[in-house]
Amino acid sequence: MSYLEFLSQYGDRILSGTLVTIVLTILSALLAMAIALAAGLMRMSRNFFVRAGATVYIEIFRGTSLLVQLYWIFFVLPLFGITLEKFTAGFVAVGMNLGAYGAELVRGAILSVPKGQWEAAQAINMTPTKRMLRIILPQALLIMLPSWGNLLIELLKGTALVALIAVADLMFQVKQINGTTFMSAESFGTALVIYYILARFMITPFMRWLERFMQRKLGRA
Amino acid sequence: MRENDLTGYPPKLEGPDRPMVRFANVTKSYGSLTVLDSLDLDVAEGEMVTIIGPSGSGKTTVLRMLMTLETINGGVIYVDGDPLTHMPQGDRLVPANRRHVRQIRSKIGMCFQQFNLFPHMTALENCMEGPVHVLGMPKKDAQERAEELLAMVGMADKRDQHPSRLSGGQQQRVAIARALAMRPKVMLFDEVTSALDPEVIGEVTNVIRKLVSEHNLTMLMVTHQMGFARDISDRICFFYGGRIEEQGTPDELFNHPQKERTQQFLRAVKEAV
Repeated sequence: MSYLEFLSQYGDRILSGTLVTIVLTILSALLAMAIALAAGLMRMSRNFFVRAGATVYIEIFRGTSLLVQLYWIFFVLPLFGITLEKFTAGFVAVGMNLGAYGAELVRGAILSVPKGQWEAAQAINMTPTKRMLRIILPQALLIMLPSWGNLLIELLKGTALVALIAVADLMFQVKQINGTTFMSAESFGTALVIYYILARFMITPFMRWLERFMQRKLGRA
Repeated sequence: MRENDLTGYPPKLEGPDRPMVRFANVTKSYGSLTVLDSLDLDVAEGEMVTIIGPSGSGKTTVLRMLMTLETINGGVIYVDGDPLTHMPQGDRLVPANRRHVRQIRSKIGMCFQQFNLFPHMTALENCMEGPVHVLGMPKKDAQERAEELLAMVGMADKRDQHPSRLSGGQQQRVAIARALAMRPKVMLFDEVTSALDPEVIGEVTNVIRKLVSEHNLTMLMVTHQMGFARDISDRICFFYGGRIEEQGTPDELFNHPQKERTQQFLRAVKEAV
């Protein structure tokens, strides 16, 4: 079977797997960002317990394997009465894991907003909450965008693990195709190329665009 | 460290001749390093007081404590009769909670050496931010007032520019307008010309001159511009080693300094120019 024949025969499955991967990536990314923002802010709280909660979360999710976390969420949580559908378990695991990494990005970016900005906000008598929302976070966002670009690529690649709980993503499809055709080079080679294209020609340009857009909004372009 | 003993400090300063700002026996230290040592300083309503002194003498710390950017370790600061760092509880003072601090702090405005304009907002938005989001002023009124103030500092034509498009002198003028938009009773100027190129210092000092002559603001300024300080100040305080070494009218201090250290400092400054 030539590679063209291979593509025409399995193209549909590869495409549907790619779509699942894209949707997974988007959902995990949204979850990761929400978690990162929350945990990042909690890490900076005055309250010890709030801070400790975030630290424990970050330590657990950064310090252990994503695959093990995925299995925990899919196979172990049901023992405690929380049963997630496999697709949901997949994006929740990836989102929670990358969210822990993102939390440090959020915290780092917030801390790198110049001290003068905090003081200027205090000098016009802003409440700490308003100061965070209106002065610090918009500037922190711009600072952390480049690192988020990296993280989102990591996240995309991390989604491949959900194939192991039988979510029909790109990785799952090419594994199946390989299992029936034994055309390993074609199957996994195609997957490699698609992951690469998603990362380099979709995520990276999107993040660049977002960065320019934010810069214009913040009057720096 | 010794507990801040608050007995003997009145919970409120009253009477027509009470100062706008009073530092009563204020001490500030970082660990074992004492930055300010039992500072007593009164600033009357409408008075312009300039603080000069060598670096490390604690002069900027005075302004920063008043803006509550630094905590104090001893004594009490009063603003317009009310304690800023503390609040009355019965007939004694206890450390202030955040609500009390915010309430008293609303009377103080500050301009910084590095301007610290909000980079993600235009000049106009910088001046509207506080009035709208802190004072709760309607946007239309806030904009009107911001435009007036920008016109006063000569920045009306740059209202829609972001700070990155403005020169240092222009940024500082916007920063002054931003502080004034909050209608403070006391304005603090912390080395506002130190980060500026020599040729634009005048545009900022002229704005401050205008404030002094046209408004009844109480002002505290830290500066290295001795000529400027001499022109516009009612009083000059020379700080040395965390204390006021000598104070007086510009004429007294610049022309007839009494203390050895003052004379030394003024000589050194003169030589530098």
